[in-house]
Amino acid sequence: MNATVAALVRYSPLLLIAIAWEGASRLGLVSTLVLPSLSSVIAAWVDLVQSGELVSNGVASIYRGAAGLGLSIVIGAALGVFMAWWRPLHVVLNPLVELFYPMPKSALIPVTVIWLGFGDGSKILLIFLGCMLPVTIGAFNGARSSDQVLVWSARSMGASRLRMLWDVVVPSALPELLNGIRTALALSFILLVSSELIVARQGFGYLIGSLGANGSYEAMFAVVLTVALLGFIADRAYQALMQRLLRWRE
Amino acid sequence: MTEQAQIVVEGVSHHYRPAVGRAVLALEEVSLAVREREFLALLGPSGCGKSTLLYLIGGFLPIETGRITVDGAPIAAPGPDRGIVFQHFALFPWKTVRKNVLYGLERQNLPQEERDKRAQSFIDLVGLSGFEDSYPSQLSGGMKQRTAIARTLAFDPRMLLMDEPFGALDAQTRSLMQAELLSIWQKTRKTVIFVTHDVQEAVFLAERVAVMSARPGRIKTIVDTRFDKNDPDIFKAKPFVDKVDEIWHLVREEAIKAQGKRS
Repeated sequence: MNATVAALVRYSPLLLIAIAWEGASRLGLVSTLVLPSLSSVIAAWVDLVQSGELVSNGVASIYRGAAGLGLSIVIGAALGVFMAWWRPLHVVLNPLVELFYPMPKSALIPVTVIWLGFGDGSKILLIFLGCMLPVTIGAFNGARSSDQVLVWSARSMGASRLRMLWDVVVPSALPELLNGIRTALALSFILLVSSELIVARQGFGYLIGSLGANGSYEAMFAVVLTVALLGFIADRAYQALMQRLLRWRE
Repeated sequence: MTEQAQIVVEGVSHHYRPAVGRAVLALEEVSLAVREREFLALLGPSGCGKSTLLYLIGGFLPIETGRITVDGAPIAAPGPDRGIVFQHFALFPWKTVRKNVLYGLERQNLPQEERDKRAQSFIDLVGLSGFEDSYPSQLSGGMKQRTAIARTLAFDPRMLLMDEPFGALDAQTRSLMQAELLSIWQKTRKTVIFVTHDVQEAVFLAERVAVMSARPGRIKTIVDTRFDKNDPDIFKAKPFVDKVDEIWHLVREEAIKAQGKRS
């Protein structure tokens, strides 16, 4: 019960904003063309859910996001750990990482479309490419910082080199790796929606774009809020998972 | 002391190679024979290469010059015949006390039940019953080092390499741990090489103390330090005090040399 009260207090500013929003449009302080009232947005949201539009587009988006992010986590983490473990790989790949890291990945939207078309493939590839490097860099830095004496301890207790990689290097890399993944999670939402806004036939981004173009602003706001809420939930859930995985830290 | 030499170090030299700067000669022509089941202390001023020598025996560093054999066979890599205990415990922070102690056992062909039993018996031996499910971050320094010792004893290495294991502990804990280690050694009779810069600790624990010179490290002399270690008043007994004094002078000379070189 206390936790519920604490959560209510913590998020009370959001409630205030909601009230201010509703009040502003009701009192005519802001044109409903610029900012439809919150209640009309909620009504539009209910319509979108009932028509099935929000769900079908949402499923498409979540599939793309999860696939792209999943790939980037698996491949990015493995790459980072191996770069730390085997120096030649680091020497070869590091210049590529340095070159590619600061590049705005949204610039690749048309490129991935030329390669893989308007469907899921181009979105998944874009998210994968955009999210991989934060994961790789997190895994690399974490793995490189693994304590020499832990490696030696494991070896002296009979662990093979490969065993030691899994038992010592990977868990040592975990805190930084998990931080990298959190960055990737946020990036995946950005890349997902922006790529769908530009070229897509379904998805949250597509829906926002087409509703906006049709002048259905209430519905457009409803989708924007849905994406914001999903992003918030994903980040909170991820933080809870992170805390659980790192509960051994003081 | 009729046991034969188990660990033999012959003419070992080693350079310390920092990431930046010149290589430094850390060990020069070190030769040493450690008998089976004996407790030998490696004593010397800081920077004399005593830990380096221990890591070479552990198989953690490549041998440049000379050779090191265990039971006549040259060492090539770390192995579970030589257990190691580090100054800063080197526990796996993501594993509980129980999982840490189990780690070496899991690398052996034992039924799960037997492993659990052995792990528990060593946790009990070092007095950590009730803390099996704690993480290292929840333990005091002394408890961490007890866990590390239990972890190393659990997989039953024949030799124990200890790198200033009590150096990070407060004085009271250190003296308790020394007494505990001595009683464990008297029970298990493993070969122990114990690195320290604490003269009293070396004399109290070891049967022989190898005093090392300032860098580059060499074995300066080896002093016999066998007493009745179970005498509760040993620290005040004259033979003990005299021995500490004698070795203290040997180490002091080297510490002064080391100071001179540094400045």
